[in-house]
Parts: sequence; C-alpha cells; structure tokens
Amino acid sequence: MRFERRHIISMKDFTREEIDYILDRAAKLEPLARGGRSDLLAGKILALLFYEPSTRTRMSFETAMYRLGGNVLNLGSKEATSIVKGETLADMIRVVSTYSDAIVQRHPSEGSALMAAEFSLVPIINGGDGAGHHPTQTLLDLYTIRKESHLDNLDIAIVGDLKYGRTVHSLTYALSLYGANITLVSPPQLKVPDQIKADLKARGARVRETENLEEILDSIDVLYMTRIQKERFPDPTEYKKVAGAYKITTEYLRNVRDSMIIMHPLPRLYEIDSSVDTSSHARYFEQSFYGVPIRMALLTIVMGVEV
Amino acid sequence: MSAEKELRVRPIHNGTVIDRILAGQAMNVLKILGVKGAYSDVVTMAMNVPSKALGQKDIVKIENRELEEKELDKISLISPGATINIIRDFEVADKYQVELPEIVESMVKCINPNCISNTKEPVTSKFEVKKDPVQLRCIYCENIIMENIAEHLL
Ligand SMILES: Nc1ncnc2c1ncn2[C@@H]1O[C@H](COP(=O)(O)OP(=O)(O)O)[C@@H](O)[C@H]1O
Ligand SMILES: [Mg+2]
Ligand SMILES: [Zn+2]
Repeated sequence: MRFERRHIISMKDFTREEIDYILDRAAKLEPLARGGRSDLLAGKILALLFYEPSTRTRMSFETAMYRLGGNVLNLGSKEATSIVKGETLADMIRVVSTYSDAIVQRHPSEGSALMAAEFSLVPIINGGDGAGHHPTQTLLDLYTIRKESHLDNLDIAIVGDLKYGRTVHSLTYALSLYGANITLVSPPQLKVPDQIKADLKARGARVRETENLEEILDSIDVLYMTRIQKERFPDPTEYKKVAGAYKITTEYLRNVRDSMIIMHPLPRLYEIDSSVDTSSHARYFEQSFYGVPIRMALLTIVMGVEV
Repeated sequence: MSAEKELRVRPIHNGTVIDRILAGQAMNVLKILGVKGAYSDVVTMAMNVPSKALGQKDIVKIENRELEEKELDKISLISPGATINIIRDFEVADKYQVELPEIVESMVKCINPNCISNTKEPVTSKFEVKKDPVQLRCIYCENIIMENIAEHLL
C-alpha cells in the first residue's frame, strides 16, 4: 500500500483495504496512545494550521505527535499571524510546508484542503474544510465501531442534523464500503440531501430513512447521535419539538440490544442526557480517545515511518 | 422549412453557423460569443425553428468569425448537440458537433459561495463534466450544477 507523502483529503480517496490498513495500524499504536512515549516520529514536525476553532481534533493531533516523540508547530492566534494582513492560504501553505513534515489544516471554505494539497510540499491532512470533509473523524468513528461493535453486518442509525453535518456524509459513504445497513433518522428539514443519497445508492449503500427514532432503536448495533443546532430552525418552538424527539435518556434504552453502543462526535448539546454516560451503552468518550491512535496511525503513514 | 427559404435571410460569405442549438439557448450562445448591443458584423439568430430531429431548435449565424476552443466548450455545456458549420465563400467548408470536455477550467463559477474557488485564493474553478444530462461537479467542493448552466458561465 502506497501511503507515504499522500494527502488525506476526503474519505472518497480510500478503498476499503486502505481503511483497514489504517485501522490495523491504529490498533497497533493504541497501547502507546494510552500513555507512553516512543521515538517513531523523533525529529519530525507537524504544523497545525487551524483557521477555525477546534478542541478535539487539534489536541488529539498534538497528543499523537508528542506520544510519538515528534514536535508540533502551531499557527497561533489569528491576531498574531499574517492572516490578519490578508495573506492567502496558498501562500501560507507554501511557506509552512517548508517548515514541517506534514500539515493538519482546518479552514472554513469547502475545497480548501484540496487546494492546499496543490500548493504544499508535504502531506496535507484535512482537519475539516467548511461543510466539506473531515476524514480523520470518520476514521476514528470506524475504529470505534470496529473495536466496540463490529463493521461486518452492521445495523447503524445515524441521528440528527443529516443535512449540514459533514461528518455524517463521509461516515455514511465509508460505511457503505462495509455493506452496513444504514438508517438515517432526522426531522424532515434536516434530511440528507438528495444528491448525497443518490450518490450513496449508486455506490450500493443500503440506506433507509425515518423520522421516528423509537421505532428502530431495538434493532440496531450502533446509535450515532449528532448535534441539532438551534440556528437551523427559524421557529424556536419547532426546534424544541425536534430536539425533544431526538434526545436519548436512560428510559429510551430499555428495549435496545445489550451490545448496542451509543456514539457522538462531541461536543454534545442536549442529544444525550448525562444520565446515559454511566450506562453500558455509552461509548462517546472512548470514541474521542480513539482519535489519538487513529491520528498516530495517519501521521506515521504520511510521514513514511514503519511501525 | 426548406434550406432555400432559411438562406433567403442573407447568406454568409465567411463565418460560422451554429445549428441545432437547444431551443431557447440562442441568446446564451450570443452571450458566449460576446455579441451584445454593439457588434460590428452581421449576426442573425433564429429561435424555435421547426426541426425534424429536435422538434425545435435555435440557430445563430455570425459573419467573419470562427470560434475559439473555449467558446465551443461553453456552447457544448448549454447545448451539447449543437453543430458548427464553418462557412467559406458561401459554402459549408467544415461541419462538426461540439464536444463536451471532461473537465472545464475557469469557465464556470461554482454555485457554492463558500467554495474555495470563490475566494481570493489563487485557484480557478474546475469542474468534472457528466453527460446526459450535462452536470458539472466542482472538484473543490463537490457541488453539482445541473440547471441554468448558462447563468454560471464566466
Ligand atoms: N452561406 C450560408 N449562409 C448562411 N447560412 C448557411 C450558409 N450555408 C449553410 N448555411 C446554414 O448552415 C447550416 C448547415 O448547412 P447544411 O450543411 O447545408 O445543412 P444541414 O446541416 O441542415 O444538413 C444550415 O442551417 C444552413 O441553413
Ligand atoms: Mg438544414
Ligand atoms: Zn465549488
């Protein structure tokens, strides 16, 4: 598998074999991610170019780099950098790629990561490009599913804002590579766009849609919750109704499969009641931890280091 | 209608006849050719001409002009079946159909205001072209343009 110096832009760039390869490597590195230090990436520098706020993605990349003995370069605050002077992303990439061995980038414009790849001398890892892609999130989601449930013959429900949620689109795409049965649960105004549905069907995905979460709860292996943002609803009472309908509480979980797990990309708002945190189904904190081994795996891969 | 009667408008000495334009697109073809208010040569346009193959078609005839690659590509996007007839000395000297390119660059503006191609960054728009019907997929943000392509031409 040829990964060295390759950019990580979109899940669509990966075959199932390549995804498995990444997940396998993450599994190898997981013990190290739990606490430890190696010098696999000693002498390597990762640049973090975050034009938009990020907690988990940025910090887990930093942790991954430190655990592997590498170093991190941070862009710093907007005010302190030349972004305020109107420097283009393209120029920034040209410069920063001469300082580093790889760049993680988050930028508000769709397609910014692909453009960055055109200008960069080193691999670009897309940490989110507007409403576009966020492949490292999808990879850690897949890792969580494989580890805490199973990827083969998976029944998964994805719930919430399926219209704007960038993670949802790449996740459904990747799951379709594994032949998962995907149920999309959302209020009518937040359904997956037709274009994306058509694309998924063309790729042989098994997808159905419903607005009723309760009706499918007892027949799934994974419940993937996402945020429903207030701003999407012009009418506050409408928002309340929808938010209420998709709120997971312990009562909700009475008839679910014993092995069913609940995931969430975090941060959560009200979708999962905190009483669920201690249930045997909750996996969202493990999920966010798995971001570390996944990012360790990606960093060693793009920097061409054998594990 | 016989060719005889069509030609009676005024035969072209040298120039180009763009025939079999999708009915309703003639004005957009003129726009692509940069024919606006003031234009120095003879241009004739016919709309909704009965056609055996198409039911109806539009035709544009322009004197003393042969089209550039980019103009042909743009015409193909809005009317993939259009034919180009090069007229030399009143005769059809060459005739071919426009051809949809696989990729169009710097030709169409992405409909997504949040696309990197719509910023001050040094990138030009780039789309993958799908046929039947014509669909343009932005390679940067993956938005698809399927309707009113003429309105998005640069
Ligand atoms: N000298 C000319 N001046 C203007 N239009 C012409 C001239 N010669 C041909 N045309 C037009 O160019 C198109 C192609 O001509 P021709 O090859 O004869 O017909 P067709 O493509 O219908 O078989 C027709 O619309 C015809 O009317
Ligand atoms: Mg004719
Ligand atoms: Zn675009």
